Amino acid sequence: MGRLWQGGRAPAGDQGMHMITFDDVSKRYPDGTVAVDGLTLHAPTGEITVLVGPSGCGKTTSLRMVNRMVDATGGRILLDGVDVRTVDPPTLRRGIGYVIQQAGLFPHRKIVDNVATVPYLLGWDRKRARARAMELLERVGLDAGLAGRYPFQLSGGQQQRVGVARALAADPPVLLMDEPFSAVDPIVRASLQDELLRLQSELNKTIVFVTHDIDEAIKLGDRVAVLRVGGRLAQLASPAELLAEPADDFVREFLGRDRGIRRLSFVPGDGLRLRTDLTVPVSAEAASVRGTAEPWLAVVDGEGRPLGWVAREDLPDSGTLAGVPAAPYGAFVRERDSLRSALDAALLSPSGNALAVDGAGRVEGVVTRDELDAALARAAGGARG
Amino acid sequence: MNWLADFFGDPANWSGPDGIPLRLAEHLEFAGLSLLLAMLVALPLGLWIGHTGRGALLVVLSANAARALPTLGLLVLVVLLMGVGTIAPVLIPLVALAVPPILVNTYEGIRGVDADLRDAAYGMGLRGGQVLGRVLVPVALPLILLGLRTAAIQVVATATVAAYVGLGGLGRYIIDGLATKRYPLAVGGAVLVALLALAVQGLFGVLQRFLVSPGVSGRQKIR
Ligand SMILES: Nc1ncnc2c1ncn2[C@@H]1O[C@H](COP(=O)(O)OP(=O)(O)OP(=O)(O)O)[C@@H](O)[C@H]1O
Ligand SMILES: [Mg+2]
Repeated sequence: MGRLWQGGRAPAGDQGMHMITFDDVSKRYPDGTVAVDGLTLHAPTGEITVLVGPSGCGKTTSLRMVNRMVDATGGRILLDGVDVRTVDPPTLRRGIGYVIQQAGLFPHRKIVDNVATVPYLLGWDRKRARARAMELLERVGLDAGLAGRYPFQLSGGQQQRVGVARALAADPPVLLMDEPFSAVDPIVRASLQDELLRLQSELNKTIVFVTHDIDEAIKLGDRVAVLRVGGRLAQLASPAELLAEPADDFVREFLGRDRGIRRLSFVPGDGLRLRTDLTVPVSAEAASVRGTAEPWLAVVDGEGRPLGWVAREDLPDSGTLAGVPAAPYGAFVRERDSLRSALDAALLSPSGNALAVDGAGRVEGVVTRDELDAALARAAGGARG
Repeated sequence: MNWLADFFGDPANWSGPDGIPLRLAEHLEFAGLSLLLAMLVALPLGLWIGHTGRGALLVVLSANAARALPTLGLLVLVVLLMGVGTIAPVLIPLVALAVPPILVNTYEGIRGVDADLRDAAYGMGLRGGQVLGRVLVPVALPLILLGLRTAAIQVVATATVAAYVGLGGLGRYIIDGLATKRYPLAVGGAVLVALLALAVQGLFGVLQRFLVSPGVSGRQKIR
């Protein structure tokens, strides 16, 4: 049991696959409210499991039963194979990162000391704890100059980052996050979400993330658990599965509109067939490409970066393509972006074709409307089968 | 103004058993002891009630009793019961005067700490005592100090009643001066008490400066 509370890495082996297990867990509050009812759920090691559902469906209660901020009244919760009820709560909590909506930073302590809270509790010496805190501030994308400030001197988004850094300070294998980004504006929220995904790709924590925002759930979750009021599990699936096959009307309704389009975000774009014969350098003579059968050509600069589309019928008799005004284009990064991005890129181009670029922004080729059509048909077929 | 010059200019008033230094020391003794005793009672009680939420009724009762309680009447009663001669009869009403502001402000300060903050503290793995000592008290400190300051000023001002029961302190000047129609004496005594209260106020200003974290005082400057 010891290894977990010392903040070690998730062990391999049977239990290690499911860092957190809810085993028929229920919570009835003293006033009779049943907040969670027979919840059985595994949160796999190293993955983000999102609990999502309407207000009052028992997300927070479920989350807080893991670190015993609330004690379950039925069933068991296993953390790394150990029933949490057998561990003294403060000891348990020091081994679990906890991030809440309002950040909950200690107003009387400087940022660096806020982050070092758990290391201090674990008896690290001050120097080591502070060094670790500084490292984490950098990790979450905060300037070292903020370390000496007090929480009230930070923006909401910055405070939330500090909250994440604080939760990570003692390197716990598990992170519980309760609507951590819902109190900041949408732009900051999106950047915090991206930051979390980046961090997670480096750290591989087992994260249970609570939100009432289905888009956030779909963006962040490796697996999404949709709860209905009364704390009953409606569906547990990957975001793509959820969008493709909602288990029932409740889930379907909760997922909202545009499920089909949103699902395309989970279809990789790197399988799209590229045409490389539709690209011409800007230095080319207009006359030399006039004979092409294609109505639109993609013009690239000397480094292969896109400049735009030119229509065959607009080509002059003489001069290079530099003299021809290029129409706007849309591009997607083939190795990284989804079919949805490719479709979006196509819709932004008058040609109806999408430009595929590499990580450096150089054109790799063109995805034509026909190819997109075929890819969409394949995706739709996948949804059925 | 002449009266003040008469009083403070008279070298006889600066030495001997009736001199200002000794009277001041007596006054500070009554006030300081009472405040100390009141703190010993009210601080732990206020912290405990604020932290656990148990016994809040006691705070309300104490606050109301404080408004109703006539200090002088209590003093006379205590003297009747205990007799004169010791300083105990003076301390009892002064302690009774000082306890409520300390108790009420400490309780309100602790209880008023943001529930999310308390939650986060427990969630990090702090134990109950650590939550109180490392989070609640530092955050509630401005209010706790306000209670102590209120108590201290009241006690300093009210310690003059010691003179009613034959004890020393700055009250002697006032009572004796009025009784013998030596007004410079009475006014001089009153001015000294007022100055002392100002000094106490200043002292707490300094304490506030040094004890309260800038992270807390920074956003609630006025208090
Ligand atoms: N301490 C409590 N005592 C009694 N009932 C409670 C308590 N805490 C929560 N509840 C009830 O339990 C149910 C689930 O609450 P919970 O906070 O877990 O919901 P939630 O899914 O997190 O909701 P939200 O999205 O609004 O945060 C609600 O009906 C709520 O009123
Ligand atoms: Mg909640």
